[in-house]
Amino acid sequence: MTDLGNIALWIALLIGVYGSVVGFLAGRSGRAELALSAERSVYVVWGLLAIASAALMRALLAHDFTIEYVAAYTSRNLPVFYTWSAFYAGQKGSLLFWAIVLASFSAIAMLVNRGKNRELMPYVAVVLLVTITFFIAVMVFASNPFERLGFTPPDGRGLNPQLQNPGMVIHPPMLYLGYISIAVPFAFAIAALASGKLDTAWLAAIRRWTIMSWLFLSVGIVLGMWWAYVELGWGGYWAWDPVENASLMPWLAMTAFLHSVMIQEKRGMLKKWNIGLIIGAFLLSIFGTFLTRSGVISSVHSFAQSNVGWFFLIFLVLAGLSAFTLLSYRWPQLAAESTLESMVSREAAFLFNNLIFVVITFSVFWGTVFPVLSEWVRGTKVTVGPPFFNLVNIPLGLLLLLLTGIGPLVAWRKASTANLRRQFIWPVAGMVLTGAALALLRMSDAWAIVAYALAVFVTVTVAQEFVRGTAARHRQYHEAWPLAVVRLVGRNRRRYGGYVVHLGMVMLFVGFAGLAFKKEMEVTLKPGQTAEIRSPYGHVYRVTHQGVSQYEQLNRFVTAASLDVYRDGKYVGVMKSEKRQHMDSMGQPTFEPSTVVAIRSDVREDLYVVFAGSVQGTEEAVYRLTINPLVWWVWYGGLVLAIGGLISMWPTGRGPKIVARRRALEAGYVARVGA
Amino acid sequence: MKAGTKFIIGGALVLATVGYLMATGIKETGVYYLTPSELATRVQNDRSFYNVGVKMGARVVKGSISRDVATQTITFRATDGQNSWPVTYRGLAPDTFTDEVDVVVEGRLQPDGVFHATTLLAKCGSRYEAAPART
Repeated sequence: MTDLGNIALWIALLIGVYGSVVGFLAGRSGRAELALSAERSVYVVWGLLAIASAALMRALLAHDFTIEYVAAYTSRNLPVFYTWSAFYAGQKGSLLFWAIVLASFSAIAMLVNRGKNRELMPYVAVVLLVTITFFIAVMVFASNPFERLGFTPPDGRGLNPQLQNPGMVIHPPMLYLGYISIAVPFAFAIAALASGKLDTAWLAAIRRWTIMSWLFLSVGIVLGMWWAYVELGWGGYWAWDPVENASLMPWLAMTAFLHSVMIQEKRGMLKKWNIGLIIGAFLLSIFGTFLTRSGVISSVHSFAQSNVGWFFLIFLVLAGLSAFTLLSYRWPQLAAESTLESMVSREAAFLFNNLIFVVITFSVFWGTVFPVLSEWVRGTKVTVGPPFFNLVNIPLGLLLLLLTGIGPLVAWRKASTANLRRQFIWPVAGMVLTGAALALLRMSDAWAIVAYALAVFVTVTVAQEFVRGTAARHRQYHEAWPLAVVRLVGRNRRRYGGYVVHLGMVMLFVGFAGLAFKKEMEVTLKPGQTAEIRSPYGHVYRVTHQGVSQYEQLNRFVTAASLDVYRDGKYVGVMKSEKRQHMDSMGQPTFEPSTVVAIRSDVREDLYVVFAGSVQGTEEAVYRLTINPLVWWVWYGGLVLAIGGLISMWPTGRGPKIVARRRALEAGYVARVGA
Repeated sequence: MKAGTKFIIGGALVLATVGYLMATGIKETGVYYLTPSELATRVQNDRSFYNVGVKMGARVVKGSISRDVATQTITFRATDGQNSWPVTYRGLAPDTFTDEVDVVVEGRLQPDGVFHATTLLAKCGSRYEAAPART
């Protein structure tokens, strides 16, 4: 099986090269049989990578420790559930994971477009095949998951305990799916440039893909935050670590694109910008992969340092150069069809939205690579941390939140005073009232007051849209209210899905602003002793140390400390935090000990308990107690965001009747507008 | 004035503000990242470098860790192979903090020659990979 996997990789490499060349020739000559051959190459590469993946999966499950990768990341006593995540836990396996996922996306793209977009598809195949081939080349030449050890160890080293967490089983694949699926929109953008077919066909073809990558990235990022929060034990979920930033940057670029593309669809503006954003998002996703694998920038999340990073850097530079060269070549053909008419218009709001997204992306990029830049320029490494990112991004983020409320409501082209009054009187009233109320209640953090006032502003705009839309249906079609809501959303999925996403964003901001009120203390308690911590709402948590116990469990040795927790004098339960020492199958300790935190979460605040260790083996324990207000809003905000994204991309019915009706409607629209 | 021009002015304002924020952000929150030897050279050349906040990346000297539970203070020596500094840190050390791991400490070197750390990060050289088998 191992040899089969290896052979499959080599053949896939050859077919990948063949398909890229043939696809290019097909694009130049327009010969259909060549195009077909290139598309078939995509399917074949997918099949071969599937075989390789199956071979690796089998080796992992069968504990074939003759393979270096299997021995390095699994052990006999690793739960099967986590054996699957070992597939992408290490460098080599994750490369194969990238390749198979990209090949799957590519195959789907070919399948969906098999009768469509004939001028574009050969080039799409080329871009995707080149990218896949690059990953296969990195594997076979530098980092082969099927590499043999030359001897058979009795057991593997096992999987890092911090990765033995359910969040970790889904978070990396989600993030990878997000990163990887950007390649498809990128391929279409390049194909449009290469073929010169620069109308909106390529945009229509990737509309759902872009929402999908955005959705995967969003879910991946939020799950990553959740994992960091429950697993790493430092009491937060975002530390502006380079690897976190690496996932945020493509997300920011994609979010900017999802907005600016609407301007191109409606008004024929921003054509160069949109292509630039897609190229940027793709390059940033590769850059993120480079960051995590090269060790250029130190991060707590990186893979081992290896030369694989340099392959990515070279690929990044080549891809960037060719993409922007193509863009500059087509520059004159990408002129805008209309101009900005007024600063008080949806176009202007979206332009500012894009500007801010890009500026945030740049500031995150700058802060992330600053250590390297400063070492080049001045010879000394200077690092920037959370204070830098917060200083720059809190005001920018709040400005974005404001635009989240304005953008969807302000009229296209030029908003009239009547339009402004109709749309914004209630939201502004809500915002002002909230701000004033919080100031009167002496909320201590000015940014938080602004954040909550804006949160209300955006929420009211969204609620108003739903209420007005539903009321209109109720009036016009005499639909019952619930049916009217469902139909309203169902008939305008992108728009109302977008509103739901905005609501999710508001919830996330509510959670982020809560960080301003975090409280933390460390206590050392003997059994029976108590400590108190006061939450920002004035609740008092009283905890009583119950003692320390030790026992063996599955593949680990556990030292657990328990607290009885009372809130405002009322008993709420026991919270248990553990130190785990993982063992290999011979009973020898592996890895460093890891901490399992105890979290008691509700809508208002989390009590977050970390058992930091016992005092010289006695039952006296050191705890860190943290009150994290409003963290709940981050997780559920992420959920709402995901639901909104799903609504936006959910396919509308494609039955012949619906399509016919839509065609008729569109024909009527075109006739009316006279386009 | 045309809307396009207005937008460019508005955009330039945003960019200028952000540029200013980023510049001050780096100036005020940027922290030197030095090795123990670089830190030694710096303080030799410039006495005032004591008390400047820095980050120091180094390795924990084997057997140098001592913990005082009562005051929750950890002291150890951090080295880059040439120079080493005693480090004192008050608070909880991460799980990965043991002998011979790479650490990043942030804090100030005091004139008494002790590095007072306010944060202590332990880097497992390859965090998500098992430590190489020790022979």
